[in-house]
Amino acid sequence: MSSLTVRGLTKSFAAAIPVLTGVDLHVPEGSFTALLGPSGCGKTTLLRLIAGFEEPDSGTVALGERVVTGAGRSVPARRRGIGFVPQEGGLFPHLTVAGNISFGLPRRQRRDGARVAELLRLVGLDPALADRSPHQLSGGQQQRVALARALAPEPSLVLLDEPFSSLDAALREETRVAVSAALSASGATAVLVTHDQAEALSMADQVAVLRGGRLVQLTDPRTLYRRPGDLDVATFVGEAVVLEAELRGGLALCALGELPYEPAADGVLEGAARILLRPEQLRLSAPRPAAPTARVSSVDYYGHDSRVWLDLPDGLRVSARLDGADLPVAGTDVSITVRGTALAFPARASRDAAAAL
Amino acid sequence: MTLALAVAVAALALLPLGYIAWYTADIGWTGVRELVFRPRVGELLWNTTRLVVGTVACCAVLGLAAAWLVARSSVPGRRVWHVLLVAPLAVPAFVNSYAWISLLPGLDTYAGALLVVTLSYFPFVYLPLAAAFRGLDPALEETARGLGLSGWAVFLRVQLPQLRVALLGGSLLVALHLLAEFGALQMLRYPTFTTAIYDQYRATFNGPGATMLAGVLVLLCLVLLVAELRLRGRRGYARTGRGAARPVRPVALRAFTGPVLLGLAVLVALALLVPLGSLGYWMVAGADAALDWAALAGTTGTTLALAAAAAAATTALALPTGWLAVRARGRLSTLLERSTYLGSAVPGIVVALALVTLSVRVTPWLYQTMPVLLAAYAILFLPRAIVTVRAAVEQTAPLYDDVAASLGSSAGDRLRRVTLPLLAPGIGAGAALVFLAVVTELTATLLLAPTGTTTLATAFWSASSALDYGAAAPYAVVMVLLSAPATVLLSSDARRGLTT
Repeated sequence: MSSLTVRGLTKSFAAAIPVLTGVDLHVPEGSFTALLGPSGCGKTTLLRLIAGFEEPDSGTVALGERVVTGAGRSVPARRRGIGFVPQEGGLFPHLTVAGNISFGLPRRQRRDGARVAELLRLVGLDPALADRSPHQLSGGQQQRVALARALAPEPSLVLLDEPFSSLDAALREETRVAVSAALSASGATAVLVTHDQAEALSMADQVAVLRGGRLVQLTDPRTLYRRPGDLDVATFVGEAVVLEAELRGGLALCALGELPYEPAADGVLEGAARILLRPEQLRLSAPRPAAPTARVSSVDYYGHDSRVWLDLPDGLRVSARLDGADLPVAGTDVSITVRGTALAFPARASRDAAAAL
Repeated sequence: MTLALAVAVAALALLPLGYIAWYTADIGWTGVRELVFRPRVGELLWNTTRLVVGTVACCAVLGLAAAWLVARSSVPGRRVWHVLLVAPLAVPAFVNSYAWISLLPGLDTYAGALLVVTLSYFPFVYLPLAAAFRGLDPALEETARGLGLSGWAVFLRVQLPQLRVALLGGSLLVALHLLAEFGALQMLRYPTFTTAIYDQYRATFNGPGATMLAGVLVLLCLVLLVAELRLRGRRGYARTGRGAARPVRPVALRAFTGPVLLGLAVLVALALLVPLGSLGYWMVAGADAALDWAALAGTTGTTLALAAAAAAATTALALPTGWLAVRARGRLSTLLERSTYLGSAVPGIVVALALVTLSVRVTPWLYQTMPVLLAAYAILFLPRAIVTVRAAVEQTAPLYDDVAASLGSSAGDRLRRVTLPLLAPGIGAGAALVFLAVVTELTATLLLAPTGTTTLATAFWSASSALDYGAAAPYAVVMVLLSAPATVLLSSDARRGLTT
């Protein structure tokens, strides 16, 4: 187990299109970091560079104090001691579960059934599965076996490349929990690549947001959700209500009235700005004079909660998250109150100022 | 390294074509005119063309009707009929031809040739059509019926357009096979280019006459091959129906069931029972000549050893090309892969002729040796091995290599523990296909086998050429028995192996 430090990692493929540009990342020993970004942002490339499957154009990768890439040296993947769990599990189809799990063990230990059983239990699987073929396993089981295989040689770091994206919703949750438990039980340092913000927020100790080959924010999940670095990150990590506002005397004047705010970045922010609210900050009540009102456009009912689409008088459409009881009916008017503070960002003329999701 | 090997393989595959082209250029236009524009060539062209056209038409009609009946109608015993309609492929065309002519010596006419080769080749049309019918989305037909089309209109306006590629592809395959067919037509004494080349070769060894005839024949093959390649590019149309898992309600034949059953029975009787019956008859009739078990066993052993060597060599040659076609996709690897297809479209007689002449002129120490024969087999059957090797490489994703590396496995270790085990089934299947093709190969073996080397096909050939039908029968029986497993494979996996 060791920490991972990435400095100034840059990589471009054919036609000199940069895939990664100067990425810096530190993953503390024993922690779980998610690399979050939309598809094509370079997160899988970053993972492959760390694993040693590809060589960067420049920059360094270090495991603890040991530099494995950069400064004129490159340790081949097989000597890095980095476990890798690919997208679809990537189990060797010609080997049994036991054969897969023991693949990376020294020759003497490969026949050790107890070790395989121990690893199967670690990932929450029945040791009786050891003799099965990969195609006899469900997608979630395959992912867990792939994790057990990666953990078997006791790697200093485990990389997971979108391991849950091919699973259906129910299985994904269950597999996520099992993988989290196995990782924390093994104490391994782990890096997970994902485009699913809920996965990143719920599983990781820290989240690194990648966009266009650059690392735009590296922080813990709560801070990321509450204080995103910019509005793009804000809308990527969760639903958002973005409004044009005028900042004056400590209050933000916007379509939802005068709201207390905090600036997203240090420094003074005055005048035209855009503010971020989360849909769960909006509260609805029967129309009251003087309170900002809106017309309910439609209601998406989810059971545990619901999303209410609201048309503001100036034509903007925003959403509010409410719990199941006492929902307004489409077509009625409601008053909106806002809980908590808004987060203020500088106005940018070129951007469409409409509410974004 | 892999690239250099693949280039060498492509060069080998193109050797016969290159030889013909070089020879043509060498004798010049006047030489070509003298040798090609003469009545004999016109006669051969007419014979070949009318046989190809007639056979393709008959095969298309039989294949389409049989495929529709088995795939879409209520005819009883559809699975059994399917196997029976593919089974004629287990009988090599020259054995089929022997079976007929030995019973009915009067078949040495156009009609006789048409009958015999149609019965041998119609499964080439039947198989892709049966597969295409299975791939059709029944929802389209239901939609058409919902729009008020009659059953016949549904067939013409909905099914047939989707089957077009399979039908044309199968027909082209028949035509290509027919252009290369030698044994069956020689046995029926029906003169076409292949038999004429053979006779010329026998008379004048490697005279310019034979080579120029080969040139014309190759030209015909290339025309068909270009058509085939163009079709291949658009093959996607035939596979629209991924969602055909839902069983189709078969079209009820009602009163037609009886006549349809009779028709299928007659077809299977002619294509399967006549050759097998004839073989059985000659086995019994020739029994008084005392079956020479030792000779049969020896020849079988030689054939199996030769086929095994050819399978090993051809599969080894297929590896670099198949690997590059998947791992280094691009124009060059496509070109290299296509070269092997082009090379194998050249009829066996032409490949043999080219290799004989080249080995005599350039490498006399190789003339009439095993390596030349193996090279001919490789040129003729490379695509069969490449198709399966390629499919295997496609399943050996680079991902497995990465995962194994991350688990501390070295390059050699990865080759041994991951890549080879994953490739093994594909390599084995490719080798099996080549093996079975070599067991029944006649033409190239006849011209290239080292003196004293007798295979089942050549032993059968010399006996039946001497009209000793009883002595020929046991060799034919062994060939049919050895081909049967491949036929079973084909009937269950219709797409594989047919397109090569």
